Amino acid sequence: MNTTSIQSAQDETVDFSKVKKILKSYENVNGALIPVLQKIQTEYGYLQEPVINFVSESLNISVTEIIGVATFYSQFHLKPRGKHIIKVCCGTACHVKNAKGLSAKVIDKFKINANETTEDKMFTFEEVSCLGACGIAPVVVIDKDVHGTLSPDKFGDVLDGYTKPAA
Amino acid sequence: MSSETKSSGNGDKSVISVCLGTGGIAAGGDKVFAKFEKEIKSKKLDTAIGKRVCKTAKTGCRGLCARDVLVDVTVPGKEALTYERVTADMVPQIVEDHLVNNTPVKKWLAKDSYHKFHETQQRLILGNCGTIDPENIDEYIIKGGYKALDKVLNKMTTKEVIDEVSKAGLRGRGGGGFETGWKWESCAKYGADEKFIICNGDEGDPGAFMDRSIMEGDPHVVLEGMVIGGYAIGATKGYIYVRAEYPLAVERLHIAIKQAKENGFLGENILKSGYSIDIVVKEGAGAFVCGESTALQYSIEGKRGMPRTRPPQSVEAGLWDKPTCLNNVETFANVPVIINRGAEWYSKIGTEKSKGTKIFALTGNVKNTGLIEVPMGITIREIVFDIGGGIPKKKKFKAVQIGGPSGGCLPEAYLDKPIDFESLLEAGAMMGSGSLVVVDETTCMVDMARFFLDFCAIESCGKCPPCRVGTTLMLDILIRITQGEGKEEDLDLLEQMSDEINTMSLCGLGQSAPNPVKSTLRYFRDEYLAHILDKDCPTASCVALHKYTVISDKCTKCTLCIRNCPVDAISGSKDEVAFIDKEKCIECNLCYEKCNFMAIK
Repeated sequence: MNTTSIQSAQDETVDFSKVKKILKSYENVNGALIPVLQKIQTEYGYLQEPVINFVSESLNISVTEIIGVATFYSQFHLKPRGKHIIKVCCGTACHVKNAKGLSAKVIDKFKINANETTEDKMFTFEEVSCLGACGIAPVVVIDKDVHGTLSPDKFGDVLDGYTKPAA
Repeated sequence: MSSETKSSGNGDKSVISVCLGTGGIAAGGDKVFAKFEKEIKSKKLDTAIGKRVCKTAKTGCRGLCARDVLVDVTVPGKEALTYERVTADMVPQIVEDHLVNNTPVKKWLAKDSYHKFHETQQRLILGNCGTIDPENIDEYIIKGGYKALDKVLNKMTTKEVIDEVSKAGLRGRGGGGFETGWKWESCAKYGADEKFIICNGDEGDPGAFMDRSIMEGDPHVVLEGMVIGGYAIGATKGYIYVRAEYPLAVERLHIAIKQAKENGFLGENILKSGYSIDIVVKEGAGAFVCGESTALQYSIEGKRGMPRTRPPQSVEAGLWDKPTCLNNVETFANVPVIINRGAEWYSKIGTEKSKGTKIFALTGNVKNTGLIEVPMGITIREIVFDIGGGIPKKKKFKAVQIGGPSGGCLPEAYLDKPIDFESLLEAGAMMGSGSLVVVDETTCMVDMARFFLDFCAIESCGKCPPCRVGTTLMLDILIRITQGEGKEEDLDLLEQMSDEINTMSLCGLGQSAPNPVKSTLRYFRDEYLAHILDKDCPTASCVALHKYTVISDKCTKCTLCIRNCPVDAISGSKDEVAFIDKEKCIECNLCYEKCNFMAIK
């Protein structure tokens, strides 16, 4: 199982030109690894194995260390993610204002748990630490849109807006 | 005193300021802003009505996010008026009535409580947030910006700057309350070819967002404070480390840095003083522990952000083993105020050992949620009831959680205690970054402790076992208690483990992780005992312990639960107390959530 997935990852033809460009812009910058990985993830959506190998050789940092960094920070993803990213804030203010009810709504609607992606690769669901918008708790961020003062019912309507085919 | 008077200094221009902080944007601020621009254009107001020229301005967070979108309209010769909860639909009438006909739309103006929210505060640091356009350096300069920098670079020695900050009694606003002047002094005495000054904008405490609002609403004040600090310690380069979750802050800091450089406030030979420093923004990648200073420095170096043992202290060997001084966003924002108005004036504000003001993020179950800035020494009662407007839905106050995962929950008995760094520590909480979450009678304190421990267990970097293993084991016990499987001896075990984790952990995260458990055990032990002995959650928050019965004394026969039950398990009417049929009930918890009178258990 494991070997096949690695195999298929290697078989994929990955376009390295964007990686090269990113690496070029961080030439001679101290501590470039994290910003490089951030830019790569913005371009490719997640950190693919061939790309990590390429970065390892270019920056002369071992793959182990890169994976170490990538798994330490919650921002980095080693698996492909959905088209829409649903982030339910689980900070204190959201917690006391029933963020659990919002998570339950996602689990119920899409049948996925936190950190999972729907089969059609449309939605990824994440429970994230405080988004700093506590004044309008509870908060959900879908892609780049912040939705505040939600109730489970209101949130259901918001989600419907994303699942309906664009009119 | 609604001399919130934002006399905008624009003379004969009308100004419309739309709050575009994260809260404002979420409430549709972007749309309101665009609509104003469109309306003004279509009515040709920008060209002139008589002498009146119109201008729309973006501002940062106003603090009272619960009333967003907030819009200020200033007509020449008149005081600024604030509209609350503005939507795009309301814009045409505001433009027509207020700007064209000069009669404000009374029904939409902010209510008295909006003004009361601001009156009780003393906004030294947040003064600019929400009144100036953060993407325009000129507005910052008009308000007296970069004056302090000029004074420091051209009239003061580094020692004088440090002395002034020490005399003012400024203490770090990030958590520990370390004396800023002392930190600068210790860093200044180390000589090196390179020295760094770092602004800690990794505001990870859930419930805190003052640093975000300062960076978004008044980014230049952060830069000014940093350059002053850099000059004092002799730094050659500065870093602002911002959380990955704050994209708008990153964007506005980039703009501010560019403008500051163009205006000679940053870069080579600043204000012709001979002092040079460059500041760059570093984006975090999502790890709470990176708020710890040594971890943050490893993160800037591109490594896993794991704290190290000290000494050496950062001021001696920090980033890339060079002397490094690290301060919090709010701390830096205090510096220009101290320089401009003098240490003596500043040190008159606050208590004996905690000077100045503190920004709190007032959130949770309170009417007016948002950012507030108050003098140190204010009581919790003033914050929650005067500024916050009390608890909504007629529910009862239970506690405030201060200081995030390192802090604690303080009960009603502490309402009248003045808060400063020392008094909070004594009470078993902590200033932390200043998050203040109000908890009403519907929140279970055992579940609250579980929530924070869960957070710390997930965010533990894993380097030292007391934190990595200890928090996880404590979490297991708490989960057991919330599921009705706790034992009485668990409480002693929790207390013992709290002390062990506190004394043996490597960094502040681990050392303070048990605080929420300790403080809830201290003040709300009866709730723990109810879970353990009676298998009952007094607030009915712990779903595993729900019994789903109606308390007839409390039921007001409003039928709200009946209408919301998805399986029609509740019977009753306007004349009859509700009754839940256990056979039909699927324990979805909806009736409990909907009930406004705590009548379901």
